[in-house]
Amino acid sequence: MWNRIVALIAKELQQLFSTRRNIMLLLTPLVLQLAIFPFATTLELRNATLSILNEDSGAASVELVQRMAAASAFTEVLSLYSEEDLERVIDRQDALLAIRIPPDFSRKVLAGEPVSLQAVIDGRRSNSAQIAYSYIQQITNDFAEERTGQVAPAKLIVRNLYNPNLDYRWFVLPSLVAIIATVGCLLVTSLSLAREREEGTFDQLLVTPLTPAYIMLGKAVPGILVAMAQGGIISLAAVWLYGVPFTGTVWLLMLATFAYALALSGVGLLLSAISNSQQQAFLGVFCFMVPSVVLSGYLAPVENMPTVLRWISAINPLTHFIEMAKGIFLKSYGLAETQTSLLALFGIAVVTLLVAHWVFWKQTKS
Amino acid sequence: MDASAAVRIKGLTHRYPEQKRDEQALADVDLTVRPGIITGLAGPDGAGKTTLMRVMAGLLKATKGEIEVVGLDPVRQADALHLRVGYMPQKFGLYEDLTVMENLVLYADLRGVGAEERKAQFERLLDFTDLHRFTKRLAGKLSGGMKQKLGLACTLIGTPELLLLDEPGVGVDPISRRDLWRMVQSLAQGGMAVVWATAYLDEAELCDDLCLMNEGRVIFSGAPREQKERMQGRCIQVRDIAGNRRHFLRHALGSPSVVDGVIQGESVRLVLKEGLSEPDPGVLEGEPTARVVTVEPRLEDAFIDLVGGGPDGHSVLADTMPLVDLPSGVDPQAVIRAHELTRTFGDFTATDHVTFDVKKGEIFGLLGPNGAGKSTTFRMMCGLLTPTSGDAEVMGIDFKRSASEARQKLGYMAQKFSLYGNLSVERNLIFFSGIYGLKGRAQADKVAQMMDSFDLTRYRRTNAGELPLGFKQRLSLACALMHEPPLIFLDEPTSGVDPVTRREFWVHINALVDKGVTVMVTTHFMDEAEYCDRIALIYRGRMIAAGPPDQLKKAVASEDLPDPTFEDAFIGLIQRDDQAREVAEKDKAA
Repeated sequence: MWNRIVALIAKELQQLFSTRRNIMLLLTPLVLQLAIFPFATTLELRNATLSILNEDSGAASVELVQRMAAASAFTEVLSLYSEEDLERVIDRQDALLAIRIPPDFSRKVLAGEPVSLQAVIDGRRSNSAQIAYSYIQQITNDFAEERTGQVAPAKLIVRNLYNPNLDYRWFVLPSLVAIIATVGCLLVTSLSLAREREEGTFDQLLVTPLTPAYIMLGKAVPGILVAMAQGGIISLAAVWLYGVPFTGTVWLLMLATFAYALALSGVGLLLSAISNSQQQAFLGVFCFMVPSVVLSGYLAPVENMPTVLRWISAINPLTHFIEMAKGIFLKSYGLAETQTSLLALFGIAVVTLLVAHWVFWKQTKS
Repeated sequence: MDASAAVRIKGLTHRYPEQKRDEQALADVDLTVRPGIITGLAGPDGAGKTTLMRVMAGLLKATKGEIEVVGLDPVRQADALHLRVGYMPQKFGLYEDLTVMENLVLYADLRGVGAEERKAQFERLLDFTDLHRFTKRLAGKLSGGMKQKLGLACTLIGTPELLLLDEPGVGVDPISRRDLWRMVQSLAQGGMAVVWATAYLDEAELCDDLCLMNEGRVIFSGAPREQKERMQGRCIQVRDIAGNRRHFLRHALGSPSVVDGVIQGESVRLVLKEGLSEPDPGVLEGEPTARVVTVEPRLEDAFIDLVGGGPDGHSVLADTMPLVDLPSGVDPQAVIRAHELTRTFGDFTATDHVTFDVKKGEIFGLLGPNGAGKSTTFRMMCGLLTPTSGDAEVMGIDFKRSASEARQKLGYMAQKFSLYGNLSVERNLIFFSGIYGLKGRAQADKVAQMMDSFDLTRYRRTNAGELPLGFKQRLSLACALMHEPPLIFLDEPTSGVDPVTRREFWVHINALVDKGVTVMVTTHFMDEAEYCDRIALIYRGRMIAAGPPDQLKKAVASEDLPDPTFEDAFIGLIQRDDQAREVAEKDKAA
């Protein structure tokens, strides 16, 4: 039987690389994302506008305003003169963040009394506004610390441990390994059966001695190979082109990619089995991809999600793979740290492949 | 040229951008379509029929040549043209999720037919197509024949002067085809100009005027009668053959006096070389009882003669195939067995308790109108569909028990070209031999041998999808035979293929049968059914008749019709079944 499966896999790969269109379909996202993604999805804050309503005219408030204005994140600082202005600038998105300094600020600072500042942030741009807010918080804390002249008895110090310079590229590229591999693997597996069905070769395949399980195996392997190749290219580019440190081991990254691709090929084959045309399969890939990326922790931390979404995130293969990819790249994860994610991925793979096989088997028996 | 002509075409040439320099879809075509008659546009697939139709409908601008349709330039005056010309493409754009009536309304809207006018037109068209009963039914739920009638009705909205029908007979059973023909004929008699494109030469034969095409060229234009007259006396039927009629045919095709030959039940029909009225004495050697009868020529005879004759009857392929040796325990009387085979889809019974056995070395045909259950039965026999009840066995192996093992025994060739179009000829052969378990030396040898016997070597690096039609056909057969199966299943293997390629295909099949291969075939071509040793006629899910073609023909012979064709037999048996059913229902009601 092995020879027959090798014949099937060879055919799939030949078909895949037979047309320029197919090769482009696999290479374009790779090159494009590699070139654009690290720059487009900036998680660092730059070129933001800060607005300040300073109702106090004391020396302390002026100093604070100067410190805030000097922060590199804010290229522009708007001075406001009324409460209405404050709401207006946020409303019109003229500023990401508005700070209001109360009239008694300087007096209370001098007297050593506690004083509060008001920060209004644009919730529509929550991600960047949150980052901006934390910058301001840090500036204010530093300021307060110096003024009171003493260190608070217990103070939380946030240090960005694994990405000390907060270089967002370190964070984006390992995730990109996962995302690109997703596109490649899903496209190859999901379009394969649908294409055979569309072109009328499906029956021809079904009358051969190959059983549904073997046909699926023959379709899954090329998808896994493509995912691993694409993941490998991105990883190399991350290290050599973007200088992302690689602190883990290569074989573990390969094992993780394999586990992920296996889980994903089950999803792809399932999409393929229930689609009558390549168009439907393509839509299916899209419907799976978008929530999968959103719930993976790539765009927003999983910890901030509602409980139900966190559950879904836990059965989302991408969550586990991103977690491992980042760990292997940046935190020198070994087998011990990754085994939970690996087991989760193999578990997901077993489920998706079994379901895909069941659906496929049912169809051939109908 | 006729001043009243609906279409005038002179020197029309067209080349698609993707075609090579020496290829042309249309080459210097002249055509005149006159009102009041049906003009046939006949030829095999790829002859240029559809291209010509699209040019006439104003959907395509030809590279070169003059064309005038209902007095208009079809490209520059396209808008005016669309209102006066009805075009029904091969796959007419019916909206399957809309009802019959909604489809009619939609097309009336598209053609801008007013409310008052459309009422009268709908009434007339529904009468005409006999679709009154079905106005509320979804178009997708209609049978192939009814869809085609609805398509025709939609095309006729707005009363066009010129009707262009692109292969309206495809996918339609003979009964509906006769209906459709009668309808179009009455339109033509009413003064409409009609172009009927077809790949079936028996259909083309009925047209009043004919344009016969092959490879983009017009090879004949005029009344079909002229062609038949030219062949008069050269067509003979050899009856009462004592020996094997397949051997006789092969022997006869080898003779230089014979241009073409086909099997017709127990007899063999031959077309002789120009000027001859009987074959060389050598042809009838060893057949003392055989009688030679001169028969009426057909358009197909003329076509084969025009393109230079059919194949010589020798199959290089069969020489390379081993003799089939049945494993012990397999009954040679039943290498394929259907026992009480039943398949239901919901509450619809597609196949209803069908039982038959196929002997080793027999050609067994499944025949029936569309949707009658022929395909369902066929698909169960090759393991593509699981029976609801009953058994399907090949070589003594039940599909339920060991599908994989059973499938290794059969070769399968589908109706549509179903190989990998973007892989080369060689890669396709390697793939199919590979999944049937051939490897190493044996595989390489087999691939080389197949390319050799089918003359595919020069195309080895060509993508299968780009092959000429005849070679696609050969490649499909080659792929189905890589593993030297003792059984082959052919699902409408030659639909759309030109008559010469069809003959060549049957030369191979006949030779394979000589090696002991058993063949099961479904077909639309009534002529092709005559190649079968036995035929099962499937209608409404049941097998209403089974037997050798001649026996089925005899069953419908009457005083009015002493020598029925196979199509007559087909229609007669189905009508008989319908009558019996009506009687039974009346009895039940009473």
